[in-house]
Amino acid sequence: MSVTVRVPPVFRTMTGGQSTVQVQGATVAEVLADLEANHPGFSAKLLDDSGALVRYVNIFVDDDDIRFMESLATAVPDGVTVSIMQAVAGGF
Amino acid sequence: MLTIDRSVYFDLIAHLIDGLPDEACGLLAGTVDADDQAAVARFYPSANVSASSRIYTIDPKTHLRADIDAEDDGLRILGVVHSHTHTEAVPSATDVQQAPDPDWHYIIVSFRTGVPALRSYRIIDGSVSEESVGLAAD
Repeated sequence: MSVTVRVPPVFRTMTGGQSTVQVQGATVAEVLADLEANHPGFSAKLLDDSGALVRYVNIFVDDDDIRFMESLATAVPDGVTVSIMQAVAGGF
Repeated sequence: MLTIDRSVYFDLIAHLIDGLPDEACGLLAGTVDADDQAAVARFYPSANVSASSRIYTIDPKTHLRADIDAEDDGLRILGVVHSHTHTEAVPSATDVQQAPDPDWHYIIVSFRTGVPALRSYRIIDGSVSEESVGLAAD
């Protein structure tokens, strides 16, 4: 199943500057595994030591935040877009 | 030097005032020319999902939609704006530590005196430098 992944600017060093890449996978975990296989470095940025999504990154399947779905087990239908977004936070 | 369209400036200040007494926040979109001069042409207000007077978090879905909307219009996200309700418009340790992108511009508006005071910064590898800000006619 082919999926488009949107890559934020700070991670584009791993995709040769491309803002989107095509990968395969039926779940977010499979998509990230294929992304890592084709563009090494993503797993270290996106996953912690236990294999969970790091807190400063949000991942969407189309318009749905996977933290409110089934996290990395969230299904990825054929043809959808998976967006990797950095969390934006700070303050006093 | 960061240039902000006048109407965008009014929109962002109004949004930050609306958010008081909590910190408020939003994203900036626009263009960067060949000389690395950034021009802000659009403001995307966000809820502060931290709902706090001390910290802010951009709503992730607002960020996604802003990113797609800006890209569709040939713009890009240039940075983030947030308010400091009781402190100067200077990046906090948290702001520096959590700065997501070295290419971004980080605008802080202080309401410490009640009158909005806007300043803008670049934050690259933990190093903070202030930049001048100008308004442009729409």
